[in-house]
Amino acid sequence: MTQSSDLRAEIDRIYREEYGRVVASLARRFGDLDIAEDAAAEALVKAVERWPDDGIPPNPGGWLTTTAANGAIDRIRRESLRDTKHQAAMMITDDTPHEPTGPVEDDRLRLVFTCCHPALAPEARVALTLRLLGGLTVEEIARAFLVAETTMAQRITRAKAKIKAAHIPYRVPERDDVTDRLGAVLAVIYLVFNEGYLSSAGDDPVRTELTAEAIRLGRILRQLLPEEGEVAGLLALMLLSEARRTARFAGGELVTLDEQDRSGWDRTLIAEGHALVRECLARVASGSAAPGAYQIMAAINAVHTDTQDHRDTDWSQIVALYDQLYAVSPTPIIALNRAVAVAELDGPDVALAIVDSLDLSGYHAWHAARADLLRRLGRSAEARTEYDAAIAATQNPAETAYLSRRRAHLVDPNA
Amino acid sequence: MTQYLLAVHSSADDYDRSFEEMQPVFETVDRFNQKLVADGIWVFGGGLERIEAATTVDGTNGQTLVIDGPYLETKEYLGGFWVIEAPDLETAHRIALEASEACGGKVEVRPFQAE
Repeated sequence: MTQSSDLRAEIDRIYREEYGRVVASLARRFGDLDIAEDAAAEALVKAVERWPDDGIPPNPGGWLTTTAANGAIDRIRRESLRDTKHQAAMMITDDTPHEPTGPVEDDRLRLVFTCCHPALAPEARVALTLRLLGGLTVEEIARAFLVAETTMAQRITRAKAKIKAAHIPYRVPERDDVTDRLGAVLAVIYLVFNEGYLSSAGDDPVRTELTAEAIRLGRILRQLLPEEGEVAGLLALMLLSEARRTARFAGGELVTLDEQDRSGWDRTLIAEGHALVRECLARVASGSAAPGAYQIMAAINAVHTDTQDHRDTDWSQIVALYDQLYAVSPTPIIALNRAVAVAELDGPDVALAIVDSLDLSGYHAWHAARADLLRRLGRSAEARTEYDAAIAATQNPAETAYLSRRRAHLVDPNA
Repeated sequence: MTQYLLAVHSSADDYDRSFEEMQPVFETVDRFNQKLVADGIWVFGGGLERIEAATTVDGTNGQTLVIDGPYLETKEYLGGFWVIEAPDLETAHRIALEASEACGGKVEVRPFQAE
């Protein structure tokens, strides 16, 4: 019993691991996502039937792809008896080699650019990427983004219908467009990660299934585009954030960077992230393109994770990196994060002046940053009001717990 | 190959612009059209008269109704369009971008249904 359920878990793991590859290969070959997905699902059924007796094949991904492709051809043959014209269109022999001929030829790379196509709505890009490349079920994606399963199913169905009707191609964009289009892909992956890292709603402060999935997609992309600095930068950023995940929470409460138990950080992930950041720096030093936002954010996180003690943090370097980041991406949220670093370098009064100049009153982190600066300046009554505003603006339970504790520890001016 | 509609929406203000003002646009669009024809992309295209020239005809429910004016009252109406032939949406987008630059308006891209 245990053995068979272990085997089933192993089959599920392999299936999820290989799903993107199988679907991408079939989508390229048959030019139809529904055929690709149905065939992949049928291949899973066959694997569950056969592998317990035959054993897991030496190349399970290849087995799944071949089985799915054969199933798809059978289905097209059956259907084409009713529609010979369709047959002519679909029975194109596959003359492209099945072995990946190079990273750019990988079918998954074509598919990720299709899933993240600018002609699709942003929320549909995220859902499609998780479904087709991540192999997550519609139910899992719906749960992760807290929408009804029917809503999510509809969102995915509509996006697939648009891909089909408008003929969005399965193709890696041409060199001139690749940077813009890659930006959309990276944005989708980072959005998945962030939704997992500090979820905006729901009872769980962190959704590890989402952070893990984003990192897995980031690794695939890195494997496919090893020369792209921003791909390495995003992966490093996610790894260096993920490394601190367990230390970010204690007893259901958010723990800020300065109070984290640094022995709880994952040293392996940090080493991997630091190596990627060093690689990016070397590439920039050798005269490649200036670093984009992900590489700079990764560098900031590399500085943070470089010291055993918060007090040893090199704040001048952090502020300099934030200046660089703001130059690339001048958003008020980056200005806010920069101000938090400025507080360490130049004092809370200087930082508060910057924070007050930002138009972010609907953003919980703005109130939280303001509350903390007011507290450090001894302006307890104002700090209390800001903590209240921050608590009202966040839906994350761990953050609420943290903010409530901070508020409770304020020195009461009337006491 | 798929056929795509490239639709350009215009307001009354666009039609009020003087001939002198519009002349360079007409010339640019004409050059663009000739290029589409030469490249085998062109199916059909043209500019439409102002919306006051529109009539709506209704033959549903066995009735015959002829009504002055457009089907929907909006601020912007279809002002002109192209029908082009392209292998996929990205190619259509590239052509639409050129179309937008040529006519100086936003271009909506819609695929025709497969027969």
